[in-house]
Amino acid sequence: MWVRIYAVLRKELKQLSRDKMTFGMVIMIPLVQLLLFGYAINTDARHIPVGVVNLSQSSESRALISDLEASQSIDFQQEYPNINSAQQAIVTGEVRAVLYLPSDFVSRLVQHPNYYSGQKIAPQVFTRPVGQWLVDGSDTVITSTIKALQNMPLQSVGNRTTEQAVASFAVVPFFNPEQRTVVNIVPGLVAVILTMTMILFTSTAIVREREQGNMEFLINTPIRSIELMVGKIIPYVLVGLIQVGIILGIGYWVFSVPLMGGLTSLLLAALLFIFASLTLGLVISTLAKTQLQAMQMTIFILLPSILLSGFMFPYEAMPNVAQWIAECLPATHFMRMIRAIVLRDAMLTELLKDSIWLVTFILCGLLIASLRFRKKLG
Amino acid sequence: MTQLAIEAKGLSKQFGQHIAVNQLDLSIPKGCIYGFLGPNGCGKSTSIRLLTGLLEASSGEVHILGESLKGNEENLKRRLGYMTQRFSLYDTLSVKENLQFVAAIYGFTGKRARQRIDELLALYDLTAQHKQHAGSMSGGQKQRLALACATLHSPELLFLDEPTSAVDPENRREFWERLFDLSASGTSILVSTHYMDEAERCHALAILEKGHKRADGSPQDLMAQLPASVIEVSGDALRPLKQQLTQHPSVLSAAQVGTYLRVLVKDNQAAPLEFMRQLCPQHQVAMTRPNLEDVFVVSTGGRHVG
Ligand SMILES: Nc1ncnc2c1ncn2[C@@H]1O[C@H](COP(=O)(O)OP(=O)(O)O)[C@@H](O)[C@H]1O
Ligand SMILES: [Mg+2]
Repeated sequence: MWVRIYAVLRKELKQLSRDKMTFGMVIMIPLVQLLLFGYAINTDARHIPVGVVNLSQSSESRALISDLEASQSIDFQQEYPNINSAQQAIVTGEVRAVLYLPSDFVSRLVQHPNYYSGQKIAPQVFTRPVGQWLVDGSDTVITSTIKALQNMPLQSVGNRTTEQAVASFAVVPFFNPEQRTVVNIVPGLVAVILTMTMILFTSTAIVREREQGNMEFLINTPIRSIELMVGKIIPYVLVGLIQVGIILGIGYWVFSVPLMGGLTSLLLAALLFIFASLTLGLVISTLAKTQLQAMQMTIFILLPSILLSGFMFPYEAMPNVAQWIAECLPATHFMRMIRAIVLRDAMLTELLKDSIWLVTFILCGLLIASLRFRKKLG
Repeated sequence: MTQLAIEAKGLSKQFGQHIAVNQLDLSIPKGCIYGFLGPNGCGKSTSIRLLTGLLEASSGEVHILGESLKGNEENLKRRLGYMTQRFSLYDTLSVKENLQFVAAIYGFTGKRARQRIDELLALYDLTAQHKQHAGSMSGGQKQRLALACATLHSPELLFLDEPTSAVDPENRREFWERLFDLSASGTSILVSTHYMDEAERCHALAILEKGHKRADGSPQDLMAQLPASVIEVSGDALRPLKQQLTQHPSVLSAAQVGTYLRVLVKDNQAAPLEFMRQLCPQHQVAMTRPNLEDVFVVSTGGRHVG
């Protein structure tokens, strides 16, 4: 039994080391994804190009504009003479939003409660917004950035120094104090990349043998299906661990993502998830007839794993149905575990529920795969 | 102790509506080289897959080496060798690595494995290529490697599915020499082919057409018992003559071979030579010995030669 498993394993490693394409993917997928997500994806919007229609042309209006620009979230790039030309500019995509300051801006400003902080205003005084934002609402990130300006304090407009308003809440970030997205993304990326490569590699490795005719010979030898499957899986466990190392290593050295948790917990969690993904790949390989089908099925699993696992959007904010789907995906459980371990120094024992779930998944997957993988053709 | 290597009764395989193998009966004695002769798509590969247990039969019973195939597939796998129609070893592994892999799968370890591999490399003339990747080898070399892998565990019964289809005539002769060596050492062999000359080398053969077995027996018997006469017609204007002859119900087929027409006349004509003289008085006619192709044409009703 061990001789045969070892034979398959050695054969698989040799093939892998000679398959430049796959070997390159093992290294390149984590590298490219990491740099892509690490540098390019940033949910905090910065320097959104906006325009202004300033009908007031007062010193106060200019002060407000420079105040807004100081926040760095928007850049005033254009001034438009009237509201129509501003609307046109949004439609053509020249700017993403336009600030409209009416001609009675100054009189609105002095009546505005945010202008006189701390000072009571007679309730009967009718106050109106000082200006209006026209926003390209198709991108929600931009909309929410502009919305954040809704309640901007106006005391400093016109260089009047007044006491600062007291915030209702003080927010203390417990982890990730600098609030960098990349800190949350790098551990999540481990889950996404492992989902992609582990499922894809195992499913195609087995389907390829069937497609290229190797399986026809192999089925006629005394090898057992479980020996073949174990022998095929083990090399990819190593591949998976290498990828975890690459992602967390680069995360640590390039993006300064802290590694708070113990390496043992990390290793165990990673192994659990790698095995879960590999068994999923095995199940796919018993369903798919061609490598293309195997790839399509992998994407079918991969997309919800990216979108629903909590990698892109917080799990808690998703609708119930999406949460149920997410619960079925190994990636969701691993996402929770690895973020807890890497960012919050959790122990595996504190993540018992997710660990047990993954173990159950592995056992069921192996059972289904070996029941479906019959040593027959057709 | 039975003397039959393969015994099949009413073996059938249906793919959807299509019946690939239809009520196949076989009884193949041990120690012989048995051929499956038939055109592409006639069900040779499917029959072999059924006999090796690779495919599940729709109906029928198979005994291999005296044991019922059903339920014994795994035990029998150690006693069977199978060389697939398509090259089924690993292109990115070298000759030696492929052999090492197969050896380990069959439980050969250490010195025993090394000895057996060296033996096979020498026997199949692959020693010089042992480091070459299988994917970059010629058709003949690939075929020798495949045979080496299929016989590594010295099977009692060897299935070869169109082993020589990608091989030049020189290598084919060589290959058959190896098969006779294996046969002499006691291996029973079942080989499928669509070459007449190869089929003629078999001890016995079955002619398959559209999943049916049309005839079986030794090539000599099949030729001797041909229920038709073979007449060679020579002269001018053979093409129109051929058209005319094939219209006649007693003429099974007429095929041009060089400057002759090779005509098969049914046995219902008591004097076939006279019959032919009447049909084509302007031409020379002569009786000749039947060959395996004639057997094939007669047993498939002339549907494959025209
Ligand atoms: N897995 C399959 N599914 C459906 N039809 C098949 C399958 N395998 C073979 N066939 C059909 O069965 C017939 C016999 O095929 P095969 O045994 O490969 O012929 P041969 O080996 O004599 O060329 C063909 O018509 C082929 O299309
Ligand atoms: Mg075939």
